[in-house]
Amino acid sequence: MLENYLPILLFIVIGVAFGLVPIAAGKILGPHRPDAEKLSPYECGFEAFEDSRMKFDVRFYLVAILFIIFDLEIAFLFPWAVALDEIGMFGFVAMVIFLAILVVGFIYEWKKGALEWE
Amino acid sequence: MGVEQILFYVFGAILVFAAGMVITVRNPVFAALFLVLAFFTSAALWILLEAEFLAITLVLVYVGAVMVLFLFVVMMLDINLAPLQEGFTRYLPVGIVVAGIIVAEIYFAVNAEHFGLQAVAEPVRHAADYSNTRELGRVIYTAYAYPFEIASAILLVAIVAAIALTLRAKRQSKYIQPEKQVIVRRKDRVRIVKMPPEREEPGTS
Repeated sequence: MLENYLPILLFIVIGVAFGLVPIAAGKILGPHRPDAEKLSPYECGFEAFEDSRMKFDVRFYLVAILFIIFDLEIAFLFPWAVALDEIGMFGFVAMVIFLAILVVGFIYEWKKGALEWE
Repeated sequence: MGVEQILFYVFGAILVFAAGMVITVRNPVFAALFLVLAFFTSAALWILLEAEFLAITLVLVYVGAVMVLFLFVVMMLDINLAPLQEGFTRYLPVGIVVAGIIVAEIYFAVNAEHFGLQAVAEPVRHAADYSNTRELGRVIYTAYAYPFEIASAILLVAIVAAIALTLRAKRQSKYIQPEKQVIVRRKDRVRIVKMPPEREEPGTS
């Protein structure tokens, strides 16, 4: 089975090399003459106004967590779809109940307005 | 040493390195990105174990979704590192004792005699047309249907909890609802009231 993954391994190796080789070439071949002015922070001609670490609205977090939940739901659908012809009516009904419970949550978040972005 | 073994050691070395960096780098964003690298390499190790569905789910769910959440949390916390490092020496003895107890517990639970070919049978190598996803699907929805439904209930609780925790504030901004604008009629907005004149007509007195 592992031989199926050889192209993916080659892809990863070439992808990493493709990303690293230009950076390494630039580091090795390019001239390095840093001074204090070059290394100082620079933002459109001004001194930096504020710290780049700032507080995010908690709503981004809500969107991300709702995304994770439905991402997991989709992850459960894949093996079900692959094995559907072998698990019969029982497996089908099991997934219908699973989806029905999550649809309750979906209706809740829809009605609550969690999906709206003011 | 076979190719698989070399790959195992390469991925294992990257995994240990990334896991070490997660807890030693100063910048929490870098730590989160090293955690992404650790997830990727553990997915590669799972593929070496022929658990392909779990490996791809690890990349899809953890790298794709959970790490986004981690990065949001890291950015939302607005961490200032200096106060976190105060009292390092004060808490050091307690920290060492707790860490030592945990390491000892881990050692007694999973020491060398639980690993190796004499403790665990060598996994069977499968042919190229073997589908790990099909094997999982065959049992999750039949033999483990009850835990599977419990999983959906847990996800439902997660939805409700996330909304209850984060959606507290009333909406501040004003927004238009086109469907209400379209269905509105004249009589909903304007009321014409007949009333007698308040002042007498000029010239009558």
